Parts: sequence; C-alpha cells; structure tokens
Amino acid sequence: MPENAYTKMRQSIVNGAPDTASELAQQALRDGVAPLDAINQGFVPGMQAVGEQFARGEMFLPDMMASAEAMRAAMAVLEPELTRAGKERPTAGVVVLGTTKGDIHEIGKTLVGTLLTAHGFRVHDLGVDVAADTFATKAREVGADIVGVSALLTTTMRNQKGVIESLEKAGLRPRIKVMVGGAPVTRAWAAEIGADGYAKDAMSAVTLARELMEQRTLPVEEPA
Amino acid sequence: MRPRFQLLDRTLIERIIGEAFQLIKEPGVRVAPYVVDLLRGAGIEVRDGVAHIPEAAAQAALASVPRSFCLYERSGKPAVRYEGDAVHFDPGSSCLNILDPKTSGSNDWQARPAQAADLVRMVQVVEMLPQFAAQSTAMVCNDVPQEIGDWYRLLLVLWYSEKPVVTGAFSASSLHTLLELLAIESGGAEQLRQRPRAIFDVCPSPPLNWSEFASQNLVDLARAAVPAEVVSMPLAGATAPVTLAGSVVQHAAECISGITIHQLAQLGAPIVWGGAPAIFDMRTGKTPMGAIETAMLDVACAEVGKHFGLPTHAYLVAGDGRLIDAQVEMESGMSAMLGALAGINMISGAGMLDFLACHSIEKLVIDAEAIASAQRLIEGIEPRGDSLAVEMFAKTGLAGDFLKLKETRGLFRKEQHFPSAIVDRGLASTDGATPGVLERAQNRVEELLSSYQRRPLPAEREQEIIEFALREGRKAGLEGLPEILRQEYAQQPGMP
Repeated sequence: MPENAYTKMRQSIVNGAPDTASELAQQALRDGVAPLDAINQGFVPGMQAVGEQFARGEMFLPDMMASAEAMRAAMAVLEPELTRAGKERPTAGVVVLGTTKGDIHEIGKTLVGTLLTAHGFRVHDLGVDVAADTFATKAREVGADIVGVSALLTTTMRNQKGVIESLEKAGLRPRIKVMVGGAPVTRAWAAEIGADGYAKDAMSAVTLARELMEQRTLPVEEPA
Repeated sequence: MRPRFQLLDRTLIERIIGEAFQLIKEPGVRVAPYVVDLLRGAGIEVRDGVAHIPEAAAQAALASVPRSFCLYERSGKPAVRYEGDAVHFDPGSSCLNILDPKTSGSNDWQARPAQAADLVRMVQVVEMLPQFAAQSTAMVCNDVPQEIGDWYRLLLVLWYSEKPVVTGAFSASSLHTLLELLAIESGGAEQLRQRPRAIFDVCPSPPLNWSEFASQNLVDLARAAVPAEVVSMPLAGATAPVTLAGSVVQHAAECISGITIHQLAQLGAPIVWGGAPAIFDMRTGKTPMGAIETAMLDVACAEVGKHFGLPTHAYLVAGDGRLIDAQVEMESGMSAMLGALAGINMISGAGMLDFLACHSIEKLVIDAEAIASAQRLIEGIEPRGDSLAVEMFAKTGLAGDFLKLKETRGLFRKEQHFPSAIVDRGLASTDGATPGVLERAQNRVEELLSSYQRRPLPAEREQEIIEFALREGRKAGLEGLPEILRQEYAQQPGMP
C-alpha cells in the first residue's frame, strides 16, 4: 500500500469528505489492503488530526461533524469486511449515552456520541428524556464500560444523580464509569453526585472517556 | 427625540414573517395531544402530532392579542407596561448556582448551589433598586424539594416584594399551584385577572416544538387570563439555522404558533412576543449570552414582534465569564444599551453570568448601573425651555458662571443621572484609596439590604398564604417554610 494512499485517507477525514472517504476505503479493499490497516493507518490518524486541530481552535464543530461523517462512511465500507474475516475492530470502549429524564435536549449528547464513535468507541445512544432505570438496563444488556448522562436544564440536571443511584441499585456501579455533562453541569456537581468525570465539551468528553477506560483497566478490588 | 436602534428594514421583516408563515404550515409545528382538539376545532390540520397552521388562522390569532397590558404592584399600581417602546428590566430567572463572595478571598469567589436565603437576599436588593420594574423567580432553591421548587420561589418573592414578578412553572400540573398562590395574594382569582401580578414564561423547544408541558401552560394561562410570555430560544447553528436571519424566522414561527394555540384557548388573553435566542459557539458548543450576535438576535426578534404591534421581551444583560470581571460587565453593559434602544418591553437577564448557569447579587447591582445608564440614554436629549442656550448666556454673559444660574439648579437633575458609589467618580475613595469594584458592589449590596424593610400583607391574607404553603409543602415532605417561618413570621404571636 503506497504511503500516499494512507495520506489521502487521512486527508479525506480532515476534509470531512464522506464520499471520498468511502471511495478510498473501497479502493483499498480492491487493492488488497487489510481493512484494519486502512482503519489504523489511514482513517484513524485523520480523526486524531481533527481532534488536535479542534483543540487548537483551528477547526470548528461543523468541521468536526463532517469529519465524523466521513469516518462513518469509511467504516461502513471496512467494518463488514472485518466481520467477514472474523475480526473485530478493537473497540476503545462501550458507552451508553442519553439525556436525563424530563429533558429533551439532544445536541450536546449527540455530538459526544458522534465524536466517541469517530474515536473508536461503540456508542449506544438512548436518546432524550431517558428514565434512570433505562440507563441501567441498557448498560447491563450491552456490557457498558461507561454511562454518559447529559442534561441541559438546571431542573433536570438533578436527575443525573438518579442514574448513578439506579446503577448502584442494579449492582453495576463498581464496573461502570459514569460521566456527566451539559450546560449547567460543573465539576463540583459531578463530584457531589459521585460521578467519575465531567467534561465541559464534546472533545473533552472523548479525552475523559479514554481516561476513564484506563482507570477501568486498573485492577479493581472485588468484594469477597 | 427618543433614540432608537434598528437592525432590520421593512423588506427584511416582511421576508422573515413570510417565511415564518411558511414554516408553521410546512413542515409545521410539533404539538402535544393536549392541544390537538383545540387546533382541529379551529380547522387546523394535525397529522402525527404535527400541526400545519395556515397563515389565515395565525393572522386571526395575532390580531386578537392585546397590544397593551400591565403588570401591577401589590398595591394595585401599574408597574410594568407591556406596550409600544416602554422598556423595563428584571433579573434573570431560574438559576441553579450563585456566586458566593464569602467562599474565600475576594479574588476567588466560587459558584455554589443557590439556597432559599440567596433568593431572599436578591429579592430584597431588587426591591430597593428602581432600575428593576419587576422581580423574577431568579433561582432554583436547592434546599427546597425539587417538586415544589417553582411555587416555593414564587412564594418567597411575593412574601418579600411588592413588585410584579416574571416567573414560570416547572411542570404542567404545578402551574395551578402557582396560580392559586397568586390568587390568594391578590385577594381572589378575579382580582388577579383584573390586575395581574405576574407573567409566566413558556418555552417552546427548538425547533418548532410545543411540548406537553409548554402546550398545557399556554392553554391554562390563557384560560386563567394571566399573562404568558413566549420565550423562544433558537440556537443559531445548532437547533436553528446558522444565519441570524434564519434564526429570527424560526423564532417568529415559534412565537406565532404559540400565540395561535394561546389565542384559540382564549381570544384576547395577554401574551408577549419574547425570547432567549443565542448563537451556538462553533468552537465550544456553548451558547454565549454575551455575544454581540446573541444581542443582535434578541433585537431583531423583538423588531419582528413590534412589526405586529405586540408586547415584547428579550434576554440580555447577562455575561459569560465565570467571575465578575471586565468581560462580563462589557457584555452585560453593551446588551443593556441595545435592548433599551430597541424599545423592548421586558429585558430579563441582569445578574447572570457563566452562560446563565450562575447568578450574582453583586453583579446585579453593577448591572443596575448599566441599566440606569441605558434608561438615561433612551430619555434622549430634550430641549428644555424656549431657548437652548441663548437665555442662559444672556444671564451669565462671557463670565461663564453657569454653576450659579437657577436654570442649572433647576435642570441638572433632569439632565444628569447620578450613579451609586459602584461607579467610581471619586465618592467612594477614602484617603486617596478607592476600593475595587467587587468591594464596592459588596458594600452596595449590604447597604441595600440594611435599608430594606419588608411590607407585610394584610394579616388575614398572610395567614391564608402560610396555611396554603404549609399544606402544599407537606405534600412534598417540607417541614416548615424555609426563609419565612424561621424568620420574622415565627416571631409574630399567634402564627403557626
């Protein structure tokens, strides 16, 4: 695989060009490139570059959304091939996401989901106005590593606490990390309700999710 | 001449309105089951929860909205005129946190969850400041059970203030508790209807969605004839078109559809064309209330409402920094000026910072100075007397001794606004040292609080309010009445 093909893949993500990304993925398969190589050496570095440029204030949210869309287009071509070969792209983590009960705001949560997906997480988005127990049920069903709870309103932010309680009741809390976000949410609030982390925006949520995954892999003391 | 600020010309306003009428027809407006029969009864098609409102139905509703109404002080005196270019200010609403100057050193104030005592302090300060024509239910009190949080904060405002209130319910059902409380305070539902003491914010969810809660509030307020204020909140680029003009169209469509539902419930019920639009910052995903484009949206949205001759509202005078600093006061001061110049009837938002996540009593007293300046500005420059300058020169000649003229003494109070010691013009300095603005603000707050005196309601009405609040509070497990029974009420003999 010539190096410049990987460069083109990377660039298609940076440019936020889903059609190009899809074509490059198909071309790679035709050229006999291993799907995992195309992902890890071509497209993922593109997303990393996007993250870095975003952090520097050189890229903006609409650019990032377009890049995530390009990433999705490439993965739509490559992932079925991985499955066919009996392989699976190693996931960065399994995340259950949703906006808290009584709150129908989804933009922040969706943005987080898009970016997490683009960065290799497997995301289960429960949508908006989600009851605390639904988070716990879904987390158990999909074997979630992380539960992310969003709230835009000062009044519904309090329901984030209910999600944590629900995870505790279901006995899932020791093995699941909880991250919270949303306009009124602060680090202090996250600490107060016993969440494992708070992210101020979607890109920080990706960084946080990675950190939480690292914490998760540390040996956990199991109750005797 | 009253100075004015306008952003839209007539042609653009007409295009905005034209597109808003198109939007409410197609794709239409999502509505709750609560209002489907009401809309269908008026011949409006509702399919799969989406109302397709024809322009004629919306025009009829717009035509029946009162062009003018008042909110009243407890004494029955009109205090807020929702009409024409009348301008009033009230503090921002429903904040969860308060910036606490007591948390540590004066340069490191911290936000913490607001308590009932914070709301009471703010209400008392607002009561003392003539810049604010109305109170707001400014904070969510974290020491009060969540399910009664909305009526309890209204109770605190009514208890400590005689000014009218900008408020809102947190659910469809609790609206009735708030209305009942207001009716008791007014001496009956009919008195409340005749002289409304409060206006209720009702928020559509962008884009073009009247939720169950908001739909019910619109209908129930209309039927109670208690004023409603549509607070449409397009976020340009996120939940609304990225262009300012496109977001103004969406705002208009949300207001027009809300007004249609409201007027169908009760023709002629009072309602305000209001909003809290903002841009969506494409770097951070935040919604900066202090951005100039946000202020432009507010002004432009109000201009469209004015085109219909409707009462207007906007959300300004808020800043985005986390602390009271040059940034938040620059943002707050600029938008206070623009809102006043735009002739917006009610301008909410003073006191708030950190993207509306935090309130501050100290910021509020600083904002009050910006508001006073804005109020002075819109008084404009008046010719006073038959001659502007010639007569005064005739008296003093080239000696230029204007300070001694009786005209000077007679007119300087009309010409000049005198700010409090928050604005440093040398009054606050001692031994050549002037305290910093934060210290001046703290001093001002303490000065206002120490001169505040609560005016009780008639004893029987107070008794009725207390009994009502105790009864409703018990349902949510509330013991006593925080900030009421613990304080002076408990000291009165014969009270529960």
